[in-house]
This record gives sequence, C-alpha cells and structure tokens, in this order.
Amino acid sequence: MIEDLTDTTAGEIRARLARARDQQGGPTTGVVLNLIIMTDESRQHDAVRAASQAGRAHPSRVLGVITRDAGGDSRLDAEIRTGDGAPGQTVLLRLHGLMSLHADSVVAPLLVPDTPVVTWWPGTVPPVPSAEPVGALAQRRITDAVSAGTPAETLVALAAAYKPGDTDFSWTRATPWRSLLAATLDGGVGTVTGGVVAAEEHNPSADLLAAWLGRRLGAPFRRDVSGGPGITSVTLLTEDGEVTISRPDGRNATLSLPGQPDRHVALHRRETADLLAEELRALYPDEVYGETLAAMAASRTERR
Amino acid sequence: MTVPTEAALIAANPLRDPRDRRIPRLAGPCAVVMFGVTGDLARKKLLPALYDLANRGLLPPGFSLVGFARRDWTDEDFDRQVYDAVRAHARTPFRDAVWRQLSEGIRFVRGEFAEDEAFDNLAATLAKLDRERGTGGNYAFYLSVPPRAFPEVVGQLKRSGLSTPQPEHGRMPWRRVVIEKPFGHDLASARELNRTLDSVFPASAVFRIDHYLGKETVQNLLALRFANELFEPIWNRGYVDHVQITMAEDIGIGGRAGYYDGIGAARDVIQNHLLQLLALTAMEEPVSFAAESLRAEKQKVLSAVKLPDNLALGTARGQYSAGWQGGIEVIGFLEEDGIPASSTTETYAAVRLDIDTRRWAGVPFYLRTGKRLPTRMTEIAVMFQRAPHLPFAATDTQELGQNALVIRVQPDEGVTLRFGSKVPGSAMEVRDVNMDFAYGESFTEASPEAYERLLLDVLIGDPPLFPRQEEVELSWQILDPIENFWASQGKPEQYPAGSAGPPGADELMARDGRAWRRI
Ligand SMILES: NC(=O)c1ccc[n+]([C@@H]2O[C@H](COP(=O)([O-])OP(=O)(O)OC[C@H]3O[C@@H](n4cnc5c(N)ncnc54)[C@H](OP(=O)(O)O)[C@@H]3O)[C@@H](O)[C@H]2O)c1
Repeated sequence: MIEDLTDTTAGEIRARLARARDQQGGPTTGVVLNLIIMTDESRQHDAVRAASQAGRAHPSRVLGVITRDAGGDSRLDAEIRTGDGAPGQTVLLRLHGLMSLHADSVVAPLLVPDTPVVTWWPGTVPPVPSAEPVGALAQRRITDAVSAGTPAETLVALAAAYKPGDTDFSWTRATPWRSLLAATLDGGVGTVTGGVVAAEEHNPSADLLAAWLGRRLGAPFRRDVSGGPGITSVTLLTEDGEVTISRPDGRNATLSLPGQPDRHVALHRRETADLLAEELRALYPDEVYGETLAAMAASRTERR
Repeated sequence: MTVPTEAALIAANPLRDPRDRRIPRLAGPCAVVMFGVTGDLARKKLLPALYDLANRGLLPPGFSLVGFARRDWTDEDFDRQVYDAVRAHARTPFRDAVWRQLSEGIRFVRGEFAEDEAFDNLAATLAKLDRERGTGGNYAFYLSVPPRAFPEVVGQLKRSGLSTPQPEHGRMPWRRVVIEKPFGHDLASARELNRTLDSVFPASAVFRIDHYLGKETVQNLLALRFANELFEPIWNRGYVDHVQITMAEDIGIGGRAGYYDGIGAARDVIQNHLLQLLALTAMEEPVSFAAESLRAEKQKVLSAVKLPDNLALGTARGQYSAGWQGGIEVIGFLEEDGIPASSTTETYAAVRLDIDTRRWAGVPFYLRTGKRLPTRMTEIAVMFQRAPHLPFAATDTQELGQNALVIRVQPDEGVTLRFGSKVPGSAMEVRDVNMDFAYGESFTEASPEAYERLLLDVLIGDPPLFPRQEEVELSWQILDPIENFWASQGKPEQYPAGSAGPPGADELMARDGRAWRRI
C-alpha cells in the first residue's frame, strides 16, 4: 500500500505508520533495524529497491531521505509504503527548503525504538560521515567511494575522518576475493614475500585489497592497472612460486598454485542488495576495515 | 614426516583474524560422492543445496561432484539431472556462471553396489579429478540410499581403498561418510550399523544427518537460552510446569509404505528429532559450543531421561483412519497402498518422559508426533507454572492460561511468549496475549536451508550439529522399552484423519491434569 502525504509532519507520518501496523497486524514487530538512506532523486529508486531486497534478510524500517534545494520554504512530503511483498516499511521523505539542512529532526522521531540505526549514502560521500546529523544517529555508516570521481582520494579522506562504525562498499566488494584468498592460504602456501593486485584504474576495492594483503602478510603489494572489469587478478609471490587468482571476465576465477592443477570457481560481482545485506549482518564496528583503510591511506601518502 | 592437520594450517593463516567476521569459512578443495542420486532426497534437497552453496561462494575452487547410480547414464545425463533438480528446487537465483562452474566438475559412475569394477571406476574417477581439478584427495561420501545398502557400500569403499587416504603433497587428505536416518530401528540394529561404519571409518569421520539440527530456529534455541539473562533463571522446576514438544504432519505416509510399515511414528521422529529437541531444551549450559562440550551435555541429559513407570498410562499411539484433512477426503492408514490391513504400525505416538536431574525433577516432557493431523507444525512449548497467588477476583482471570514460551521450529519460524494482559475497559479482566518474534517468511528465504548448512559443515569438518553414536544409542535405550511394550499391545487406537490424535493421547494428559496445545 502506498500513501502520499504532501506538506506533512513527522508526527503525522508516525501516526500513519502506527495505523498501518494496527491494520495489518503488526508488521513492525519483526523489524530488526532502521535504515536511513541519504540520497537524491536520481539514485532513490535503485537504493530503495536494494534496501527492500536486503530487507528480506534484515526486515527494516527504511527511511529514504531526499533533500531538495535548500532555498525556498520548508516543506516535508512523504510517501509511505507498507506490506508490498517485503517485510518492514519504507518511507520516502522529500525535504524542501531550510528543513533539508535538518534532516535529523525529521528522521529521529520516525526511528523504531530499541532498534539499531544504519545510515547509508549511496551517492555523494559526506566529508565526515559521523559528523553528519543523520550519521550521528547511527551506529553504522555506509558510504560508497566508487560514486566519487576520484575514489582513491575519497578513501584517503574517509581514512582521516574514520570513526568506528564507518564502512564503505568498496570494502564490502572485496569480501569474496578476501574469502577466496583466506581459503587458499588455509591450504598452507609457502611464506608470501610480496604480490600484485590488478584492477581497472578507479577501483578502490583493489586499493583496499592490496593494503589488506600487505598488512596481514607483512609484505609489499603492488597495485597494477588492468582493463577490468573490476579486479582482474591477485598474485602472491611465495617461496614455492606464484599463487594466482585471475578473473578476466568479472565472473569466473581460476586459482593457480605451484605444482597443482588449475582450479575454477565462480566469483561474480555482487548486486547492491547483496552488499547491503552483508553490511547489515553485523552492526558492530569493523576494526579490520578501519585498520586497512588507514594502511591504504598511509601507503598513498608515502608514494607522493 | 609429520603431516599438518587442517586445523593447524588454518590457525596459522595470517589472513584469518577472529575480528574479521565478513570472511566465512570455506571448505578446502574436495569432492562429494553421492550415492542414491536418483532419490527424492538428492533431487529435492542435496543437489539444490550444493548449487546454493556454490552460489553463495562457499564451495572451494575445483569442487567436484560424482554421482553413483545403477542407471545407464553418461556424464551429460547426470549433469542434466542435477540441472533439473537445481532449477526446480534451489533457493538462490539461478546464475549461469555459477552453474557452469559447478557443471564442469560433475561426473557420473554407473554401477551396482555389488560390482567391484564400479567402485574401481569410482576410485579412478576420483583420482582423475584430483589430477585435473585439484580436489586434493578429500572426499565426502554421501549415502543417500536405504540403510540396508550401507554395509555393502561401506564395504566397497574399504575394498577399493577409497576409505583410507594416503598423504599427498605432504598433507593427509580426509575421507568422510554422511548417513541419513534411520540409524537402525532399535538399539541392537543401531549398534550393528555402527559396527559396520566403525570397521571402515573412524568415529570422527562419520556424519549423521538430523536435518532438524541444521534449522535456524533450533540453533537459535541455544542463543535464546544461553545468550540471554532473561530465560535461563526460570528454565527449571521452580518455574516450569511442563514442556510439550510436538511435530505434527498433515500428510499421510505417501509413497513411503515400504519404509514406514514396521517403523512407525516413534522410530521415525521421536527417536531422532524430538529427543534431540528435548536434549537441547533440557541440557545444562555447555562450557563451550565446541562439538564435544555440546555432546557431553546432550548425552548427560539423555542419560537422565526416565520412562513412565506404567507405560500403558504414560504413552499413547494411534493410526489414522479415513477422514477429512484440510477439506480433502483421505483414506486411512490401513487402506494405503502397500500397508497390510493387519499392520500395527503407529502413525501417531505420544509419550511422557521425566528427567532425573535437580533442574527438572517433577517436570514432565510430553513428546508427540503424528501424520494426518490438522496442520504441519513443529514446536517446543515451555509451559510455566501459574502465579502462586493472584490478587484478582477469580472471575477476572478466568481466561488467563499458563505463561508459555513457544519456539516455533516450522513453519513460520520464530518465538512466541504468551502471558496475561488486561483487557481494555473499566473492568479488571485478564486474558492471554502473544508477544511474537517472527523470522518472517521472507527472512527464511534468504537464510540457508538446513541441508546447506549441514553439507557445508561436513565439508569443513565441523561436527557440532551432528549427533554421534552415543546419542543415537541413548535415544534407542529410551525408545526400545516403549516399542517392546507396544508390540505386546496389539492394534493402536484409530483417529480420524484431520483430527488432533487418538483419545488415548488426550487421556494421558488429562490424567496429569493437563492438556495438549492445539495443533
Ligand atoms: N526423503 C526424505 O525426506 C528422507 C528423510 C529422512 C531420511 N531419508 C533417508 O535418506 C536416504 C535417501 O532417501 P530418499 O527418500 O531419497 O530415498 P529414495 O527416493 O528411495 O531413493 C533411494 C536411492 O537409493 C538408490 N538405491 C536403492 N537401492 C539401491 C541399490 N541396491 N543399488 C543402487 N542404488 C540403490 C536408488 O536408486 P534407483 O533410482 O536406481 O532405485 C535411489 O537413488 C535414505 O537413507 C532415507 O532413509 C530420507
């Protein structure tokens, strides 16, 4: 069901949500988190869809906040969606005028109490996520450096601004690679003396992956530029020879170990909904991300 | 030369960090050999679960699947069979790239279990996979075949050398065998089965599947009890009146007459699923969730189970007769195809069990299961004592029942807390209300299916969710006297299909001044 409210207030929206819950026999009872999406009109549709898909694993109250021009009169328009196939509820909030600078005042009363808050910026990365009013409400703040023109620079800035609870989709995108690499090392390869991560030029996930490998393995990792798509290969130089995972097509990877037959495995790039679902699985600070981000920023500063 | 164990290698892996919760455990290189690939279980559950695991990125590079059956199939025919099963029953979206990777590692070996040559072929196929796909000599043998075939299959695995790994690349590969219930039909046959397995595989290499233990809600029971401060303090005779554990099915025996006749509801369900649920509900807190600690507690509580002194009063059994189930007219058990009219096999069983421990003395556990009951549902209901004193007029609390904590295992997984609340209005009137935690239909869609979890655990070699022989034997020790008693009692009571069970089951509860929860 979709309800449109023009020139409304947070109080009115709250009342409507409560009424929808009563009429439908309590769809908020299963809500496990509040997800605030800070977006513009152009990304709104995809972001909300990804959120409701992720909501299948993590039933959420989704608050999509679209800020319009800060000039002109303040006005709040809302679109309430309940019970459309996915658990939880979605409210799209359009903030006009000065109100758009005070999104937290609209959002705070709409949060389900006793339930964690996550803020996600699918587009423009704020300079200091935790210092944003809607960022301060959340214990988890998700940015996406890829949406910036110079993702690596953006990550360096995020490193300087880092507060526990921050995370970035470029890190999430690296998880399947990291899992495969960790599983490969479970099998015991010789000591790693260095390596290479190859990916298309603007690929912050590759930068983070190289930083992570370098840090964990205590060896230098180079970042090479390839034609993509995404990350195309990771090579570990070991005392026994080269260990390589290559994925030229963005879908299928080949793992080569010295003296062993090549092994194949699917390694596909994931949809936004899957990335979001991974982020929502654990809401405590991702310290490993924090450390990797710092290491990545430090190595870039060194190189200059 | 010492051969490093898998666990030691993983502990030494610099890329693993306990704080890094994003990285799942993946199985190492391996192959699964499946016997009984044409069966129901393989098509509906096992093959789709393997695809889902691949799709979630949890299967290792080079993973291979070998099917063994007596059909005249080629690799391609078997590949087609797996494809159809995946398309029909997988829970995750179909991705061509994932399927192609999986498909590349699919092989088929034709043969009868009695044919030495077939198993030599199997060994050769696996050796070739090791060379070509790097499966590393690690094989899991999934015996999705009738238990009577186990001795022959296991014997062949031994004869062909497949059950005994040889060191490779300085590593000792693993060999594991997975079996499905029933684990025997009484204590003696369970021991016999175990001797068969034991003569070929070490106890740690035998994985017994009780798919209930792979269900999220069952694992959630451990979280509910031991991660909270709220429930454990009242989880004892001081507050609990009794516990009801129910597994109700709405279906009849379907095409399983051959298996079911002579086995019956108690052996089929109580011996494994319900006694496992009882153990998890009643056990003391394990010192850790490591397999040994968990089993130690389950075994302790199973060994403390006491049967009713008078089995005639403390048990009930029934057979469904013709009737209406969910608006459909259905035939009775004795009219089912393949069931002799003289069959005394029960399709409904209920039993009262007590647990002789300080925690549970005097708190009965009532277990029941049956076919052709009104709905399909499995639940554990912890029923609390009534408040010792009610400062209300008797009429105010007429509709107040017992507080209950209900763990809904299936369908509609979740937890319900039932307690009294004031009915709005000027009068003080107290009535039961529910506080509900539901995983929700959609949630369960995204969460892994029990078989996915269990298959992955087999490949990783993680045993906590698999019952071991000791537990199986303890369960038969509980059930055998009941079965022996029933065997001397002639025909079970009849209950119309679609009803909640035989009158004897209600009388059993009534004698204790209690009643079953509605099914
Ligand atoms: N289905 C369930 O829900 C369920 C539940 C619990 C436990 N189980 C257990 O799971 C296992 C498989 O169950 P299922 O329902 O899949 O059984 P099923 O449908 O009867 O399938 C049995 C399989 O075993 C094969 N088989 C039987 N005898 C054989 C022989 N002598 N030589 C070669 N192959 C033989 C059959 O092959 P053919 O096609 O060539 O006959 C078929 O693939 C059994 O141990 C059963 O007790 C099943």
